[in-house]
Amino acid sequence: MAATVTNRVAGRFGPYGGRYVPETLVAALDELEQAYAEAQADPDFHLKLDLLLRDYAGRPTPLYFASRLTESLGGAKIYLKREDLLHTGAHKINNCLGQALLAVRMGKKRIIAETGAGQHGVATATVCALFGLDCVVYMGEEDMHRQELNVYRMRMLGAEVRGVSSGSRTLKDAINEAMRDWVTNVRTTHYLLGSVLGAHPYPTMVRDFHRVIGREARAQILDKENRLPTAIIACVGGGSNAIGVFYEFIPDREVRLLGVEAGGRGAALGEHAARFSGGSPGVLQGTYSYVLQDDNGQIALTHSVSAGLDYASIGPEHAALHDSGRAEYTSATDAEALDATLRLARTEGIIPALESAHAVAECLRLAPTLSPRDILLVNISGRGDKDMGILASALNLSGA
Amino acid sequence: MPIRFASKPGLVAYITVGDPDLATTHNIAIAAIDAGADVLELGVPFSDPLADGPVIQRASERAVKNGTRLHDVLALAAALRLERPQTGLIIFTYYNPVLRFGLENFCAAAAQAGVDGVLVTDMIVEESGEYLEALHRHHLAPIFLAAPTSPDARLERICAASQGFVYALSRVGITGTRASLESDAEQLVKRLRRFTKLPIAVGFGISSPEHFAAVGEFADAAVIGSALVATIEQAGPKNAPIAIARFIQGLRGGIREPAVPTR
Repeated sequence: MAATVTNRVAGRFGPYGGRYVPETLVAALDELEQAYAEAQADPDFHLKLDLLLRDYAGRPTPLYFASRLTESLGGAKIYLKREDLLHTGAHKINNCLGQALLAVRMGKKRIIAETGAGQHGVATATVCALFGLDCVVYMGEEDMHRQELNVYRMRMLGAEVRGVSSGSRTLKDAINEAMRDWVTNVRTTHYLLGSVLGAHPYPTMVRDFHRVIGREARAQILDKENRLPTAIIACVGGGSNAIGVFYEFIPDREVRLLGVEAGGRGAALGEHAARFSGGSPGVLQGTYSYVLQDDNGQIALTHSVSAGLDYASIGPEHAALHDSGRAEYTSATDAEALDATLRLARTEGIIPALESAHAVAECLRLAPTLSPRDILLVNISGRGDKDMGILASALNLSGA
Repeated sequence: MPIRFASKPGLVAYITVGDPDLATTHNIAIAAIDAGADVLELGVPFSDPLADGPVIQRASERAVKNGTRLHDVLALAAALRLERPQTGLIIFTYYNPVLRFGLENFCAAAAQAGVDGVLVTDMIVEESGEYLEALHRHHLAPIFLAAPTSPDARLERICAASQGFVYALSRVGITGTRASLESDAEQLVKRLRRFTKLPIAVGFGISSPEHFAAVGEFADAAVIGSALVATIEQAGPKNAPIAIARFIQGLRGGIREPAVPTR
């Protein structure tokens, strides 16, 4: 039989990305890819989305000069991109509004999603309420416990939250369960994936819906400083907020792009979610990227104090940016993230999400090593209200 | 050994290797072959089996936990090849363990072990360039899944890339047994026949002699997976081989002479 060497699917970032899924899902991915391409070419789609982003979600978000933090660190000027001020409390709403409009275009009445920290779940539940769509959110039981407030918010909005008890009971397991639902109900259901992960077209599409972050930030910093920042810092779980804020700056070679992974509580496999220092290329959940895995190709367990960074793989475009050296990736430990949360709260009156606090932690390390002529732009991807339980016990806030 | 279906319908038996342990899997495999399985799918346990229902998830979890590796699956295949030279042997896996092993190394080792074919659950034809080249180099049959949701243009490519047989999914969804067989299957097999002369095996949800006979009406073979894995789970390590032999004989309605499983 003749060798059938086929062209690879689009959606490659260098060697990374692609589409590694059960055959049953391919038609739905093709349909989504096509619907997205048509929407991209349709001015009416952009008009609708822009209006929702402005009047419903609260865009543009401010770029805030953190003068007290800058002063206390005695180095670079620090600007914060305030995605935490968006409706639902994080950048996740950008993508959810975009995908919900697509689901409506495709005539899908049922939405499923996974969530780690609950911010994507809340944003999904929110857009489903807004558009009158049925909503099921899969969430690891460990995450339901540590992000309980967001479970209540999703239920308040009319979503069904399904606990996932397999594996480490966190984000990876929630994605497995969401994919099982999708493969079963693929004819009626849109899978509203919440990060730049999964099979093509998700990494590209989700990135595009978050590009607005960097587009705004670039215009804002030029407006305020009349020059580009020295570096942009963002936390990286799947990597949606990071790619969103990085993307417009990729051609600006003089701007350093810094992604911060979860260093957890140690360097041993299972104790962190630092994919670039501890992982190697592999396929997980539809895409080829860096993966934390053992010698036999079994996916490793992960740990982070922040549920949103607690994931064994990373968006494929980040893998390509890492290999090309265009972006640099570092990590912050649980303790550094907690410390950074407190520091930002006390100096600026802003409580970041524990995820975003990883970016703040890198800023705390980096700013003092730079000069006052340097500018750091830190993406505050979400707010910390959801983390009050963890913060209360870690920082002894109960007043006892 | 080429993949052949001796009887109509042919029987493809899936088992998760290492559940409950490697020695028992060996005995189960021999029992399944002697009871009438034409082809054996040796399932490589994976930490994140996202295409599988609860039964195979649990089996996979047990097998991963007790340390079953792709090496072990290949060693089992080599042993089975020596003991039962006529049976078709297929490695059934998610892609990541193969990538970690090294695609070329895996294909060389599989061919060396006497494996006939490979089915990677999360490999689709569009991504299969290097994969097919490696399989062809080592004379391993690539087996692809065809789904009720696959349009004709995809089915044509799937058939063109497949060797041995084409695996038609009886329905959308994950692996697992169902009370009734869904009507998607017959339609899909009909569509596939337009593109291939290869045998077509139908899988997903087949668990009873009635399903088996019904599939035999329109397909060349039936794949039994979750029903076998559940039988193994219920029987326990000691009784699993005999339970599997009985189950498979039951599917054939006593057409074949029951063989006594080893040990």
